[in-house]
Amino acid sequence: MKPRRLLRSATFRLALIYMLLFGGSVALLLGFLYWATVGVLSEQVDETIQADIKGLAEQYERRGTPGIAAIIAERVRNDPGGRTVYLLTDPLRRPLVGNLSGWPTVSPDADGWITFELLDRDTPDGKPQPARARRFVLQGGLNLLVGREVRELQRIQRMIANAMVWGIGITLALAFAGGIAMSRSTARRIDSINQTSRDIMSGDLGRRIPAGGTGDEFDQLAGNLNDMLDRIQGLMEGLRHVSDNIAHDLRTPLTRLRGRLEDLDDATLGSEERTRRIDAAVAEADSLLSVFNALLRITQIEAGGRRENFAPVDLSEVVRDVAELYEPVAQAKDLAFSSRSDEAGNVTGDRDLLFQAVANLTDNAIKYTPAGGSVSLHSTAKSVTVADSGPGVPDDAREDVFRRFHRLEASRNAPGSGLGLSLVKAVAQLHGGDISLADNQPGLRAVLTVS
Amino acid sequence: MRVLVIEDDADVAAYIVKALTEAGHNASHADNGKDGLVMATTDDFDVLVVDRMLPGPDGLTIIRTLRASDDHTPALILSALGDVDDRVKGLKAGGDDYLTKPFAAAEMLARLEALTRRASNSGTPAETALSVADLEMDLLARTVSRAGTPIDLQPREFRLLECLMRNAGSVVTRTMLLENVWDYHFDPQTNVIDVHVSRLRQKIDRDFDSPLIHTVRGAGYVLRDAGQDAGS
Repeated sequence: MKPRRLLRSATFRLALIYMLLFGGSVALLLGFLYWATVGVLSEQVDETIQADIKGLAEQYERRGTPGIAAIIAERVRNDPGGRTVYLLTDPLRRPLVGNLSGWPTVSPDADGWITFELLDRDTPDGKPQPARARRFVLQGGLNLLVGREVRELQRIQRMIANAMVWGIGITLALAFAGGIAMSRSTARRIDSINQTSRDIMSGDLGRRIPAGGTGDEFDQLAGNLNDMLDRIQGLMEGLRHVSDNIAHDLRTPLTRLRGRLEDLDDATLGSEERTRRIDAAVAEADSLLSVFNALLRITQIEAGGRRENFAPVDLSEVVRDVAELYEPVAQAKDLAFSSRSDEAGNVTGDRDLLFQAVANLTDNAIKYTPAGGSVSLHSTAKSVTVADSGPGVPDDAREDVFRRFHRLEASRNAPGSGLGLSLVKAVAQLHGGDISLADNQPGLRAVLTVS
Repeated sequence: MRVLVIEDDADVAAYIVKALTEAGHNASHADNGKDGLVMATTDDFDVLVVDRMLPGPDGLTIIRTLRASDDHTPALILSALGDVDDRVKGLKAGGDDYLTKPFAAAEMLARLEALTRRASNSGTPAETALSVADLEMDLLARTVSRAGTPIDLQPREFRLLECLMRNAGSVVTRTMLLENVWDYHFDPQTNVIDVHVSRLRQKIDRDFDSPLIHTVRGAGYVLRDAGQDAGS
């Protein structure tokens, strides 16, 4: 991987962030430990020196210069290893007594503490010993320097610091490796989603994202994306179906229209025959227009944009009006026609659309039921049933008939566009309801429900 | 009648103007909303044909503006295929009728005539009786008789005949009958209206020499006294 691509990869960035966060936390923790151990140790040294100075100052007050000089000499004698530092000088810093050959050249800090090296003592490794001391001015102008050799303390300090540097280093390395491993597994899942989407984009529409089987968020994402892809594929198939059908179902009337228009171009036609042919051509064009209008209407209803006309509607009234409009048509075809309403009550809906839906169902029933049969309408507060004694719809076609332009083989030659039931379905769904077809034994029973 | 056509599509405008002129009407044309509004306010027209979508103020704005200045010239709104269902909006804006493109010239003419007739009747007191030739309708008693013979009609048949009689001499299209008599705006799959009209014919015309209800090819129906000149 090129450095730039590496930097941009989510794996690397996640690992880096993980490493920095983890490493930072460990560094903070170790820093606290360092302060708690080394800090306490050096504080103890300082406290010892302070207490020493206080004791000597008291001795000086009580016993004067000879007294304190004797104590210092005594202490120096008892410390052949040179762990302590004592020096008493006159006001001009000329040494009087002590185990230091001269006043250290290092100047003290604000609190009077001096950290310096004991150059004149023998050490096992030949290096000068580090020491820490405090200067105290006694009454009478004598300078007192009391200190301790801190070689051991510094060694412990260095050791702990070393251990911490290594610790942080190891932590960072582990964190980075862990981060890479963790984000890799995440990235692999994302990669598989990416790969699948690329495959789909390049035309393999049947591909689906494999699930990890753990049911985690990635599986949920994969599941949702797969569902979405299924839905898109379904819609695309529907669309292809519709456009195939438009091409097929509209080509026939358009060809007929074209033929009729060509027929007009005949000088030998009498005016009456010409008028008849013009009428036929206009009727053909009108039926094409009505197909287009019906298509547009279905599309608009499906888009759900017609709710602004929603108002309380009494289904029994709609059924009564449809029945009244269609009864003469049924009678002209010698069908027994009846309508009945069980409960009155308002639903919220579009009166015109509900009328259209019930009218379409009734129109179909009348159209497909042979003479001598029966058609009946029945409404409850939230449903309308249109039943007939016609040939019915086979079980396996009861979903298909709601597709645009779909027509049963048996009814291919009957007039109609194949859009009537699509519109009924769109209206039902707009009203939060549904349309279902069932066997009326014999015949068809269509039930439209609204919510 | 004098008709102002406000329509920006040159082809559609030419089609409308031609149809109006052939029907003996006097048509003026504006191809944008601004000119249309100026013409509608300065000149006196019997009826307006207004396209919804126009450059300048749109059709609904023009009608709203006219109504706000107390101009109640009847207006027929034309709308493109895409807004089939904006009918309610158009009527709310003050339009008197609504027609979706594409439309048959006959449908438009029939609607315009019905609009002007309604407008000219609006000032006069409500009629109590209608008559065409020897056909009489009593709107109060809800009775009909022809040449003195009472005819028994179902309520819906009565309203169908009333609609035809109120527009006597003018074409009434099937859609207009559905809207006015059944009060539903919908698209019948088959010509259910024809069955109703033929029933009405049985009662009105069968036993008499001269038929009153005539079918107008490609348009609808007209109730007319055969003795009178056609198209009057």
